[in-house]
Amino acid sequence: MTAPAAAVRGSAAVPLPYRVVRRDEETADTVTLALEPAGEGLEPFRPGQFAMVYAFGRGEVPVSVSGVERGGSGGRRGERLLHTVRAVGAVSAGLHGLRPGDGVGVRGPYGTGWEPAAAEGGDVLVVAGGLGLAPLRPLVRELLARPERYGRRSVLLGARTPADLLYREQVRAWSAAEGLLVGAAVDRPGPGWDGDVGTVVALLGRARFHPPDTAAFVCGPEVMMRATARELVHRGVPAHRIRVSLERTMHCGTGHCGHCQLGPVLLCRDGPVLGWDRAGPLLGVREL
Amino acid sequence: MAATDGADGAVIGTGGLAALVRLLRERGRTVVGPTVRDGAVVLAELESADELPYGWGVELEAGRYRLRRRADGAAFAHSAGPQSWKTFLYPQRVRRWSADRGPDGALAVAAEPEPAVSYAFLGVRPCDLRAIAVQDRVLTGGRYADPDYRGRRAGAFLVAVECTEPGATCFCASMGSGPGAGPGYDLALTEVVDADGHRFLARPGTDEGAEILAALPRLPADGGATAQAARTAVAGAADRMGRSMPPVDLRALLRGTLEADRWDDVAARCLTCGNCTMVCPTCFCTAPEDVTDLTGDHAERWRVWDSCFDLEFSHLAGGPVRSSGRSRYRQWLTHKLGTWHDQFGSSGCVGCGRCIVWCPVGIDITEEVHALHAEARGGCGAGGCGCGAAEDGAAEVGAGGVGAGGPGAAPGTGP
Amino acid sequence: MSTPAGGALAALTAGQRERLAALAREAAFPAGARIFEEGEPADRFWVVLEGRAALDVSVPGGPRPVVETLGPGDLLGWSWFFPPYVWHLGAVADGPLRVREFDAAAVRVVCDEDPVLGYALARAVGGVVAHRLKATRMRLLDLYGPRPGGGAP
Repeated sequence: MTAPAAAVRGSAAVPLPYRVVRRDEETADTVTLALEPAGEGLEPFRPGQFAMVYAFGRGEVPVSVSGVERGGSGGRRGERLLHTVRAVGAVSAGLHGLRPGDGVGVRGPYGTGWEPAAAEGGDVLVVAGGLGLAPLRPLVRELLARPERYGRRSVLLGARTPADLLYREQVRAWSAAEGLLVGAAVDRPGPGWDGDVGTVVALLGRARFHPPDTAAFVCGPEVMMRATARELVHRGVPAHRIRVSLERTMHCGTGHCGHCQLGPVLLCRDGPVLGWDRAGPLLGVREL
Repeated sequence: MAATDGADGAVIGTGGLAALVRLLRERGRTVVGPTVRDGAVVLAELESADELPYGWGVELEAGRYRLRRRADGAAFAHSAGPQSWKTFLYPQRVRRWSADRGPDGALAVAAEPEPAVSYAFLGVRPCDLRAIAVQDRVLTGGRYADPDYRGRRAGAFLVAVECTEPGATCFCASMGSGPGAGPGYDLALTEVVDADGHRFLARPGTDEGAEILAALPRLPADGGATAQAARTAVAGAADRMGRSMPPVDLRALLRGTLEADRWDDVAARCLTCGNCTMVCPTCFCTAPEDVTDLTGDHAERWRVWDSCFDLEFSHLAGGPVRSSGRSRYRQWLTHKLGTWHDQFGSSGCVGCGRCIVWCPVGIDITEEVHALHAEARGGCGAGGCGCGAAEDGAAEVGAGGVGAGGPGAAPGTGP
Repeated sequence: MSTPAGGALAALTAGQRERLAALAREAAFPAGARIFEEGEPADRFWVVLEGRAALDVSVPGGPRPVVETLGPGDLLGWSWFFPPYVWHLGAVADGPLRVREFDAAAVRVVCDEDPVLGYALARAVGGVVAHRLKATRMRLLDLYGPRPGGGAP
């Protein structure tokens, strides 16, 4: 046993105080909160990792980091965490209702990340369904920042309606970036929608990639991830090069509460990002 | 350590045991041990060794626990009771931190200080000694340590008592965790009651254990007779286990039987009450509890025991992942005996038999595993699932499938 | 190898594709042009080369809802392959559209004459229909609706 927790201050059991400095409404029920540490900040998050965010008196929920910003005061202390939260339960509704100036508690970083380094040299597919774009946004930023490291890059988005698409302004900007294919498909288009109608899986047919050397990063509802991963495998993408981010109940983030088990995997520790070679067989067992 | 102890350890009498409790208390320790209360041998704080269950034994069966009087006056001739040491090391309800909200909305969070409690556990059975080692690994062996557990555990002095009287529901021998004491104790005792009297073979496991032992009154040297009697009694206990697991790689068996019909059979009996998880000495699952006071500006985070049998346990926004009783029983059993290896490098089962005794409908984990094994053998004679059904005896693994981290042959079980 | 390679008819042999190509020509539709209309005879079909086509439905008293869009490589139209050879949806060019247009009646005749080609084409068209059925069923689930999705929510 190595002496662990002391070395990772603030990331074990107790949240650090942060303050909401901005609140951006993304969709009818989803906001992005920019959080700045009130004192000491947490260790840096890698794309795909998550934090436990505490709504005062209500409880904590796991929320992936959807971006990092440099704050005004500079340095780690000023590093802002962006969290995109959908109001679905008591705690997330509490977070959704926060206003600039309100305090929250944050623990982390927890879990595995997307680890884009393994994708270098090959084509890259980012496939997001609904809120699944939130944990993928830092990865898209990485693809935009270092295009020379990757082959052909595609970002494929699915949503219920055009109004449910996250980060619409940014997605428009991504579309203008050279060498990045951005596709979006909605289930129900509205007037003025100029994207596709259908599932995000159908968009795979539009993307250009060389399957054996392609890395895919997939996040969305489990059914959507299963369908996407199967289609990618069918097209020849190796299962271990397809990474998905899974969701199970998480309370502690530290591998101690037992809730996030998926067979042999503790998702807060061994996930949430897993290769499809591991995730596929586990998701194939009902009620595992 | 006194030079006369030799390799066999020292021999103390009931007076020496009484002195042990006194000495540990004088050193500021809270001594916890077995005592008779409410018709059971429970674990509670002891003020003196007089409170030990001298002359009490137990009758155990699936769904049944009864005290019975013993003629020999033995103090430790009872097997696992309804509690385990996790009651003290990992209490049912613990405050983790408090948060206060200032008038400007800012939060101040205060961690609960690590507990300064200094326990001495008297009468830790070998199965429970292993259980403590298993929880050590789960709660402090990874990247993050549970500070509350670490605090309670770091100060605990463990007096193991080897098993000479296994119960009808015991199967530690097939889990490789008893009846002799494995590593981890400060002091190990083996109780011997025969024509030569009531005495204990005592062996230190740590410097502090040696120091304590050196301070206890001894019985006169008997030329190794007590040590010999102790070894014989422990070795004999290994042959008198009331239950056993099939001698196969349990991890592989359970990996290959996730869709077995047997799960439906056990689910038809299981009440999903969670008793097995409460009495299990290694079950560690907890849930958070958030409370606020009447001002609304002071909040606390508590941690309470939870059970994978609870429908809410696997709750997602769409509903519970494991909605059927079948899937919840399967989760418990496959985790305990199988996926625990993947997660924490050992089995989660120590063979104490508590889950069998305290199941209100008498579900027997060993019987369920034997049934899964039989079903696997019937269904895959070729052995393709890796459960070892085809090879059976040939697939036997040391210590009943206890993997890395599990010391196979425990000291004290030797000839 | 790169996707999409040959699109909807990729599974056919080069010889089979050549045979069908003889029954096809390249065509283009300006943005907004109607390609076919519900209830009309399905006498042609298309493989999209460039641009996008939208499948829509006529409903009284409102704009035509788009149920699906098709892009490069996709097969546009399958009603020509099954009796009664009538379009059950409408299709419109969603922006400038370049396609390969096939004479459906002629293709059906070739299929009858050459059952090996006919079988290969039936599998290809069946595959497209199955794919769209799966996608439609996924959309029926309303995955992004009130139940949330995503990794850590």
